[in-house]
Amino acid sequence: MQATSTLRESLITGGKTVRDVSEDISRQVEGKPTRLWWMAMGISLVFLMFGVYCLTTVLWEGIGMWGLNKTVGWAWDITNFVWWVGIGHAGTLISAILLLFRQKWRMSINRAAEAMTIFAVICAATFPLVHMGRLWLGFYWVLPLPNTWGSLWANFNSPLLWDVFAITTYFIVSLVFWYIGLIPDFAVIRDRAIRMGNNTRATIYNALSFGWDGAAKTWMRYESVALILAGLSTPLVLSVHTIVSFDFATSVVPGWHTTIFPPYFVAGAIFSGFAMVLTLLIVTRKVFKLEDYITIYHIELMNIVIIITGSIVGIAYITEFFVAWYAQVPAEYYAFYNRATGPYWWAYWSMMTCNVISPQLFWFKKIRTNIVSTFVLSIIVNIGMWFERFVIIVTSIHRDYLPSSWAMFYPTMYDVGEYLLTFGFFFTAFFLFAKFFPVINMAEVKSIIKSTSERKH
Amino acid sequence: MNNTTENYLVGIFDDEDILLHSVEGIREKGVKIHEVYTPFPVHGLDEVLGYTRSRLPIAAFLFGITGTILALTMQIWMLGFDWPMIIGGKNYVSLPPFIPVTFELTVLLSALGMVATFFIVSDMKPYKKPRSYDIRSTDDKHVMAIDLAANKLSKDDISRILKDNGASEVNEKNF
Repeated sequence: MQATSTLRESLITGGKTVRDVSEDISRQVEGKPTRLWWMAMGISLVFLMFGVYCLTTVLWEGIGMWGLNKTVGWAWDITNFVWWVGIGHAGTLISAILLLFRQKWRMSINRAAEAMTIFAVICAATFPLVHMGRLWLGFYWVLPLPNTWGSLWANFNSPLLWDVFAITTYFIVSLVFWYIGLIPDFAVIRDRAIRMGNNTRATIYNALSFGWDGAAKTWMRYESVALILAGLSTPLVLSVHTIVSFDFATSVVPGWHTTIFPPYFVAGAIFSGFAMVLTLLIVTRKVFKLEDYITIYHIELMNIVIIITGSIVGIAYITEFFVAWYAQVPAEYYAFYNRATGPYWWAYWSMMTCNVISPQLFWFKKIRTNIVSTFVLSIIVNIGMWFERFVIIVTSIHRDYLPSSWAMFYPTMYDVGEYLLTFGFFFTAFFLFAKFFPVINMAEVKSIIKSTSERKH
Repeated sequence: MNNTTENYLVGIFDDEDILLHSVEGIREKGVKIHEVYTPFPVHGLDEVLGYTRSRLPIAAFLFGITGTILALTMQIWMLGFDWPMIIGGKNYVSLPPFIPVTFELTVLLSALGMVATFFIVSDMKPYKKPRSYDIRSTDDKHVMAIDLAANKLSKDDISRILKDNGASEVNEKNF
């Protein structure tokens, strides 16, 4: 008895058996790192080291090292924060929301996407932490801890504090979800190590797998846990970017004070997150020879998500402009007029080109099923999404109600350095993950191999 | 070595559909199955083995509601009673701004509590050495363990029943 869909293309190609899945995915964990891996790692570490230098200077001298001024008090740091948090959203969308919708194509890509989420959230968190200036006192400012000021508690009315709780919860729950998924696969590597006689590896991976045995009863509980974690993560991921958008939307700055922000930010987050998943996976599938698991069909489906979310983002941009004109509030009207034609016009039009026009190319099947064009467009989308946050943040505050305090923002080396720090960290962490952890969820892929593989029994 | 050895008969199955049918067949013959070990979750296996549904959702709910109560109590007590402050001219205790933190702590406690419960009830810990009936059970074989001491039928009978129901191999394993 075999159920093969005639409507959908095969998710796993190359006539793989269950055995092949263990073999293909475990191989890269067991083998020695390739020269390519060392080179990639080296480049990431160079970025990381330069970033650490800039970060240390900023922590030592204060955030005056950044290009901030009295008018523009939030610039690259918050732009980068929102950008990284947004990137994280795709991982949770793939692993949680697509699980609830029973989308089987998530199975080959969820592991790497979730890893990306976790690293991206760590990168994001560094910016507000450093922006607090005196990091060592920050815990009292952001967490409700008893303190020597007579227990003057944190302000729960502030969206910035909500952010602390949202990002922390998001990080912990994503980490737990990701780890739960890894447990059975660690056991695969452990048992392979036992068969190869590699005791050290067997011990390490047994500890990592929490002594997993794959009993039917454990699997039953495990599936229950995965489903509930997906159910919890789904509203969680929507809440996180909603709360990030509250940082702006609850203020009275023209250009920020809009009710459209939460859905617009969530769509933008998924949009940029999928672009980053594509950038990473196109490289990963090539380096680890996973073309049979991450197929063109997977890439096409992700590109379709990019068209949808990219179009939502485009409509949001246009809606903002329409409302600014229609409401006829001078400050609001000027904020948007200034965005498109003021001194930051180039940032605005880069954003429009990258985010609204470029993803529309994916309507052509030739473009969305082509690796090179997808790779290029995925990077363009993320450049556009960075500009989106920069435009929202900097162009709104650089010219607000009081013309005498209007100013421009110019980044310094330390702004750039901290951004490079997060890139260095992100790729270092991702390459370590790809080397030591199975990059594809073997247990899940094995469970669909019969119904979706090309192999005929 | 321990003197009291446990004797198991281990049936190996190559395919999850054969396994599902064979579990039913084997249980009908009156053989008590100790446990089945599979490389991936096989849907419907818990039902044919007669397992009752997991109560982990209840644990998740209880931990979640604890988080809700904890978060609300904390915020109302801190901002409303311990150190009341006027912020933006609003009431000391107003629920809408407390909702985000309440929601996040509900999710956090629910997730962490449920996963901790899962590890405890499944007896999973980093230093645990799991019993392996057949090393291939994490690779591509479905492994059925039958405790001979718990069954009245003889070893040969059970072995025959396993083979008749589609087991590709039947081995003995003693601990």
